[in-house]
Amino acid sequence: MGMEIIKDKGSTVAVLSGEIDHHNAKQLRAELDRYIITAQPPELTIDLTGITFMDSSGIGLIMGRSKLIKECGGKLEVRSPQPYIRRVLKLAGIERLVKIK
Amino acid sequence: MEILNEIRFIMPSLSVNESAARAVVSSFVTQADPTVEELSDIRTAVSEAVTNSIVHGYRKTQGSIELTVRILTGNEIYIKIRDKGCGIPDVKKAMQPLFTTAPEEERSGLGFSVMTSFMDRLSVHSKVGKGTSVIMRKRLGKNGN
Repeated sequence: MGMEIIKDKGSTVAVLSGEIDHHNAKQLRAELDRYIITAQPPELTIDLTGITFMDSSGIGLIMGRSKLIKECGGKLEVRSPQPYIRRVLKLAGIERLVKIK
Repeated sequence: MEILNEIRFIMPSLSVNESAARAVVSSFVTQADPTVEELSDIRTAVSEAVTNSIVHGYRKTQGSIELTVRILTGNEIYIKIRDKGCGIPDVKKAMQPLFTTAPEEERSGLGFSVMTSFMDRLSVHSKVGKGTSVIMRKRLGKNGN
């Protein structure tokens, strides 16, 4: 499980890897929050290409970060979830709050 | 319904064991030849149930979680997750989408929704002060695989 911040065509991308469950979400949450608060990016994309498992803990993680970045004046997007992770996201109706690409 | 094979294991309610529970269940269920999607559904449902026991059943305490996984005739998977935690006072309410008693931990309140949606059948038995049992079933190969 890990996180790397990269710049992609002018926008900031947090590339996550590994599994997102309740245990791992705590660390990812802390790392993402630290980045959002210090860097205050106007746009942040969470890239889920490398996520091999995600349960509803990932929903809490994404919704929480979306709220925080909005408070900081920015916008959150999610990209490249694997098909079954997309199903978890859909179940939560998260696309109404966050754009999923 | 006949039991073809069964595995039972007990683990302490440590969050690090969420992935261990998924791995054990998924490795055992592989015998029944699930599709990639069916296996993901089962892993996700197990993860939700185990997390509920850790986060809600035992809260700030620690106890044991017992998992029973059966492969039944008719290509059906049976999974029981049992804790001896605080129990759920109102199961119906707890199962409502978005209901959570742990918003500070960013619990989305979607655990039971995920279990219901990814498995065929879900039943929850709980007694306050005694614990909670979650039983889930899923028949494999429904999509002609």
